[in-house]
Parts: sequence; C-alpha cells; structure tokens
Amino acid sequence: MKSFIEANELVHEYSRRDEDGNVIDIKRALDGVDIRVKKGDFVAVLGANGSGKSTFAKHINALLAPTEGTLYVDGMDTSDHDNDIKIRQTAGMVFQNPDNQIISNIVEEDVGFGPENMGVPTDEIWERVEKSLKSVGMYEYRKDSPNHLSGGQKQRIAIAGIMAMKPKCIVLDEPTAMLDPIGRKAVINTVMELNKKENITVILITHYMEEVIGADYVYVMSDGKVKMEGEPRQIFARSEELEECRLTIPEVTKIALKLNKLGVKIPKDVLSVEELTEAVVRLCKGKNIAGL
Amino acid sequence: MSIELKNVNYIYGVGSGQEKQALKNINLKIGDGEFIGLVGHTGSGKSTLTQLLNGLERASSGEIYYNGQNIYEKNFNMRELRGKVGLVFQYPEHQLFETSVIADVQFGPKNLGLDNLEVELRSYEALKLVGIGEELIDTSPFALSGGQKRRVAIAGVLAMQPEVLVLDEPMAGLDPAGRDEILSLLKDLHQKKNITIILVSHSMDDIAEYADRVLVMNHGELVLDGKPRDIFQYQDELEKIGLGVPQASGVIHSLRKAGIHIDKECITAEEAAQAIASVLLEKM
Repeated sequence: MKSFIEANELVHEYSRRDEDGNVIDIKRALDGVDIRVKKGDFVAVLGANGSGKSTFAKHINALLAPTEGTLYVDGMDTSDHDNDIKIRQTAGMVFQNPDNQIISNIVEEDVGFGPENMGVPTDEIWERVEKSLKSVGMYEYRKDSPNHLSGGQKQRIAIAGIMAMKPKCIVLDEPTAMLDPIGRKAVINTVMELNKKENITVILITHYMEEVIGADYVYVMSDGKVKMEGEPRQIFARSEELEECRLTIPEVTKIALKLNKLGVKIPKDVLSVEELTEAVVRLCKGKNIAGL
Repeated sequence: MSIELKNVNYIYGVGSGQEKQALKNINLKIGDGEFIGLVGHTGSGKSTLTQLLNGLERASSGEIYYNGQNIYEKNFNMRELRGKVGLVFQYPEHQLFETSVIADVQFGPKNLGLDNLEVELRSYEALKLVGIGEELIDTSPFALSGGQKRRVAIAGVLAMQPEVLVLDEPMAGLDPAGRDEILSLLKDLHQKKNITIILVSHSMDDIAEYADRVLVMNHGELVLDGKPRDIFQYQDELEKIGLGVPQASGVIHSLRKAGIHIDKECITAEEAAQAIASVLLEKM
C-alpha cells in the first residue's frame, strides 16, 4: 500500500542571492530525506534547531517545492503547483507562534475563516466551527476575544481553525515551543485525541522529547538527514546517538540508565515515572525487600 | 550586593476599570552570590517581579532597597541600578538591532557613559564569556543561529557588568544542547564572576540541577521560598498551582506511595539513581 505521505530522497536547497540575482551561497537544508507516514498515524519528527525539520514540514504543505527528489501527499506530487490548493486542504498546518495565526477578534469567526474561504455554505460553516471548537475543548470561549486567551488556548483555536477545513492530516511545527507546561500538555493532549477519535493523521515537529512518547513512530533529523527512526521506546534507548543530534532523553530514562551503570538490571527503555516505579517495585518484590 | 523588597504591591491598569493586582504584599531578601530559581505558572506575577528589580516598573506601594538604599528615593541613581541589575527578557534576540555583533554588545555600556576603551574592553570580555569567538564579532547578528543570537543578547547585558543577572526564560525555544549551553554559561557566571543569578524557568529539572534557592509565585503572591530539596517535597501543593516537581522527585514520591521507603529527598537523576540502587543492592 502506498503511504499517505511519502518523501523519497527529498532535497531542499536555500540559495542566497546578491543584488543582481546571482546565487552567492547555497545551503542544503534537506539532504536526501526518506520519510513515510501511514494514514491515521501519529508521527513525530524530532530534531535540534537547524536540523531541517521545519523545512520538511513546509514541504508537506507545499509551501516549499523539492529541489531534488519527490514528496507525495495523499498521492499528490508537491512539485506540481496545480496541486498546491488541494495539498493545503489535505494537510493543514499549525505554526509555532500562536499570535501570528489568529486573525479575528472573535474566536468563532477566527475558526470559520478557513472554511469560509473554501466556499463552504454558511450553515455548514457554523456546524464545522461548533464541532471543531468542541473537539479542541474551547467551545465555551467561542464568543471571546482571542486576545484574552493564554498561549495554549490560542494554539487550540489555531488547531480548531485547521480542523474546520476538514483536512486528512495536520502538520504541527513546534506548536508548543512558546507555551508553559500547562499549555504544552493541553495542546499535545488535544492533538493526540484528534488523532485517535477523528482518525486525523498527525505529524508533530518538535524537540521536546516528552511530547513524542505517545507517537506511533519517530524520525530523528540532524543536518538535513534522517539519522534515526523507530518507535519512541527504541529511539530513547539510544541516548548517545540522540546526544550527537543535540537532543536528550527524558529524565526518567536517564535514571534507568544510571541504575544500570550502578549494577541494577532494570529495563533501559522506561519513558514515564509510572513505568519506572513499576519496574523498581517488581525488582523489590523479586528480592523480598521489606514490606513488599 | 543585597536587594530587599518590603510589602511590595503592583496593580495594573489603575483607573481603567480593569485593575488587576499582579503582585500582592511581596517581602523578599536576596543576598550576594545566590542562584535563585523563580517559578510560577503564566500570569503568576513572576515577570512583573523581575521588572521591579531594576526599576523598569515601579511598585504601586511598598519599598525596594538596593544595598540598603531605597530605590524610590528622589536622589537615587536609577541609571546606575539598571547597570547593576541586568535584565534579560524572553527571546532577547528579538532586541538585537545593530549591524554587527560587537556594535550590538557595545550599545549598553556606551549608554552608561563609559569611555571608548572601557566600552571596548567590556564588550570583548562579555563576548568571550558567552563563548562567541572573535571571528564572529564583525558579522551581522542576524546571520547567527538562534542559540548564538541569544548568547550575543546576553553578552550585551553582561557588558554592563551587572552584579545581578535576571533572566526571563532564557532557554525557551532552544534545543536541548542549546539549553545546556545557556545553563552552563549561567553556572560559570555565578561561580567564576560571583554574579547573583535569578532564573525564571518552567523546567523544574533545570532548577533542581542549578539553583540553590527556589521562589514559587502564585496569583501574585510569593507562596514558597526555600532550598530546592525542601520545596520539591510539596508535590501536591505545586501541582495544585499548575507546577510540578523534577522527574527525579516524582519518581521518589511515587516509589514511597508504592511502599518503598527512601528517606532522602532526591531532586536530580543522579541522586535518585543512587538512592534506588542503595535500596535494591543492599539486599542482594
């Protein structure tokens, strides 16, 4: 079966030009990237600043076209500009800064902006606005001004705006980078719920390791290339390679690795406080340690 | 160096009909050489507090003393205070504006009215401190990477040779390696230059690793003040006000709930691993 998103040997070069239009510098931001995303999956692309992950995100939305190689979104070739609009309707995009994405004074009008521009009939626009706001848990704020919302709430409004256009896929480019921990959690939970309940394909671009724990599959990028790929658990067990990519493992996983170094045989791929607790409790029971 | 806040209140929008009290009766003493972590969820008043410390905002009531001097007294030298208490805003790289790295760093000390040689010396030293090499000093700050830009912006504040450095989420948006670079820079400034650091951060793991005192804000009030090891025992209380504890503390608390007794309050991964290992290995 063909993948929903399929990047083959994708290359992107940014060129800098002087005043006369002559190319003076070329930077290869994507260097032969192969990424596949199945329909309905939640895929994370991890990478440090400058790794090329945001450039890749812009390709999925046809904001950029391949310099070399190909990228297909739901069977459509992104290098063919005739496909641009259809591709953008298929893959909606949420950016980093919530303030740059809100255009209206009232939440529900902001969410309705997308479908209105697509020529959706008025009655249906309102239906879609209501449904999308409910799906991100922001329906009670529909009459409010977005100015009075927190960063996390604004991001959920931006997501609702995308949902109202009924895309098959949402691409989120570091959606939580400017949020506090509460906002961050709310946005990630919203995205995971949309993925599970509405069966929306999600591509999350981030450098926060905690956010990819729930992903089906993770790609790690560095210097424009895919350096690692696999399920979150497999990726986090490779801490040294992650560090080479300027990334790091969750603090709990660090504890598990340190325990192993101290001679405690505990799984090295624990990802949460609960998992680590369970693993330690199991060991204690095995050794008949007091009280257990 | 000492900063003391006495009964400080701050009210936004006085007379607008939408008054909001951002700080409520803050009493606080900050001494020489401290490394303070300032935490609180969005809107808790922590940014307002940082802006009072160098006189950028003025308290609605109450007093602030710098080295025993009331900063609201008529003949107090506010300009000097702004040099002594350096404030690094969120996303400080957005404030870079000069055509070269060195010119940008020189802007602050020039405004302090120093002579050219002193400005030059301080700027080179500041850039060296933040790890920006000489090969970059004449390039445009806008040609640098995100992490480099941020370090140049911090150098601009350091060139004023502050006694206190207040940073509002200086690691926001940086990748893990970039975060570590900023944090180890702060540690160096604290240890080698004896600069008092006040670090606003959402990352309890970072606070646990670096700070020796934690201030917790909630709804404009200072609700907890103490050593990280003491503060992070209050996991439930912190979670109630939208904060958390370092993951290491979370693991230890969760193990205690499961009936495994670990006396020591652990706040870093290293400590937690040691404590768990000692429980498991002593019985082998």
